[in-house]
Amino acid sequence: MATVSDPAQPMMPGEPVADAADGHGDGVRRRDFINIAATSFAGVGAGIAVAPLLLQFAPSADVQALSTTEVDISKIQAGQGIKAVWRKQPVFIRQLTPAEIAGANQVNTGELRDPQTLGERTKPGKLNWLITLGVCTHLGCVPLGIGEGENKGEYGGYFCPCHGSHYDTAGRIRKGPAPKNLVVPEYSFTSDTVVQIG
Amino acid sequence: MSFAWAKPYEPKNPFMKWVDERLPVPRLVYGAIGGGYPVPRNLNYFWNFGVLAGLALMIQIITGIVLAMHYYSYAGGAFDSVERIMRDVSAGWVLRYVHQNGASFFFAIVYIHIFRGLFYGSYKAPREMVWMLGVVIYLLMMATAFMGYVLPWGQMSYWGAQVITGFFSAIPLVGEPLRIFLLGGYAPDQAALTRFFSLHYLLPFVIAAVTILKIWALHIPGSSNPTGVDVKDEKDTLPFHPFYTAKDGFGIGVALIIFSIFIFFLPYSLGHPDNYIEANPLVTPAHIVPEWYFWPFYAILRSFTVDFIIPAKLWGVLAMFSAVLLLFFLTWLDRSPIRSTSYRPVYKIFFWILVADVMVLGYCGQAHITPLNVALGQVASAYYFLHFLIILPLVSKFEKPLPLPNSITESVLHGEDKESAPFGLATTGGATTAPAAAE
Repeated sequence: MATVSDPAQPMMPGEPVADAADGHGDGVRRRDFINIAATSFAGVGAGIAVAPLLLQFAPSADVQALSTTEVDISKIQAGQGIKAVWRKQPVFIRQLTPAEIAGANQVNTGELRDPQTLGERTKPGKLNWLITLGVCTHLGCVPLGIGEGENKGEYGGYFCPCHGSHYDTAGRIRKGPAPKNLVVPEYSFTSDTVVQIG
Repeated sequence: MSFAWAKPYEPKNPFMKWVDERLPVPRLVYGAIGGGYPVPRNLNYFWNFGVLAGLALMIQIITGIVLAMHYYSYAGGAFDSVERIMRDVSAGWVLRYVHQNGASFFFAIVYIHIFRGLFYGSYKAPREMVWMLGVVIYLLMMATAFMGYVLPWGQMSYWGAQVITGFFSAIPLVGEPLRIFLLGGYAPDQAALTRFFSLHYLLPFVIAAVTILKIWALHIPGSSNPTGVDVKDEKDTLPFHPFYTAKDGFGIGVALIIFSIFIFFLPYSLGHPDNYIEANPLVTPAHIVPEWYFWPFYAILRSFTVDFIIPAKLWGVLAMFSAVLLLFFLTWLDRSPIRSTSYRPVYKIFFWILVADVMVLGYCGQAHITPLNVALGQVASAYYFLHFLIILPLVSKFEKPLPLPNSITESVLHGEDKESAPFGLATTGGATTAPAAAE
């Protein structure tokens, strides 16, 4: 845009040569300054104008309004689980049986791909409530195993049918391509029977 | 491109040279809007409006693409989706205000551009094709703006769609079936809304394509100028860059300041509040008016109130379309060889009467229908056609024009030609000075 041409060459014939005109003698013409200032101003303005074009891609207010969900868990028996929806994503809420808790606690965390204990993945005193996103950490499919009769995988937790990731009863990755354990969302028990996710 | 002294593209950067040898786009740009396009040196600020119209088109296309990411063309949800854009989408309000006011901004620029062309005879040889492509763009703009106005699915949108598509029902025999065919129903509904959305998205790209043709056609004779005198030699021109990029840049700055005042302080000043009531097929708003840029044509439409050989309704529609289509024939209606109205003392008076007449038509187009307003609209409509069909041919035949300057250079320089020669010319000293050429 701004062509700061040879400062020695006047823009228009007849115009006094730069140094004489502005009296600085450092070779910077008034015109160069105006040129750079004007194009910089236009550049900053263009940058600001682009901002709303990009901002609109972000989640809108009505999408952000879905960021907390309350779920009633009073009907879930030990060994059962449900799928809840939080931010349009499935959340697995599962009440573990004593055998499943014991199985999860027997695992040596040092051998895990993403080392975590069941205690770290649940709330204190609520070791039996495993709440994770139902989103495989490999490429985002919904794993099987929460519904009755679904394939729970080789470790009795979840099995992702897309690329064969196996999760154990604490929702930890044990086998297959997924890099991480199933994500535990932010949540809290608002009472013994109600969980607020998000 | 246009003149023998147009500077050829000589890339200094080796990468640009490499690209140019394989795909001469840098050469094309340089010759179109760079130093390789010689432009008359005497252009005034009215010559900014072509570039401004291009800017307005780009603003509409960019904001429109983004708004289409959030808009639903579903009759049950279109109105709510627009409100969602205003309230929930990040920065959605500013995008919609820009797009909504941008349509008015685009038309305002184009109207000034058209009257610039009328005043300076831009429709005359050798630029007839440039002018006619411009009229095509204007017609496409009208169609695009109308269909865009339907999309928010408010009361004005809905009844605008009803009234405008009603034009087609004025056509004898096939009119009503044609109207139903175009709407995909008996009244505007889902089918009409979806096809309007699709076409509203398509037409701006057609406008962009015709604009490219128009610029192509313009660059063959080169830009006209306020004297209407042809470019004679290199002294009459300046390279587009940096001289007119700078002048256009300044004009863009001023235009964007005015535009911003509307977007941020007066966003609803050009709209109609009834369009914030959701479309209701059972109730027509008491006072239905189109957007301001259609008022003059709406006045012409409403001026025909009695049947005369053919029904009044058909007269109105024919007259309204003729009012625009007349512009295609301007070159042949105005036989004067003088381009610039500055040298046409008689036509100059009629030009300004025409400007006033169009303003009066605009007033009548939005005014309540009273006997006085209708009569005023009828007189103004009659004068509009009188101007183009009778006055313009007669004036161009009998008018005695003022003496033209011998050259563009002579018109801008008053004995100061030596110190004002274009860049690089003073040292060559080859070109004769303008006053010498004048003898």
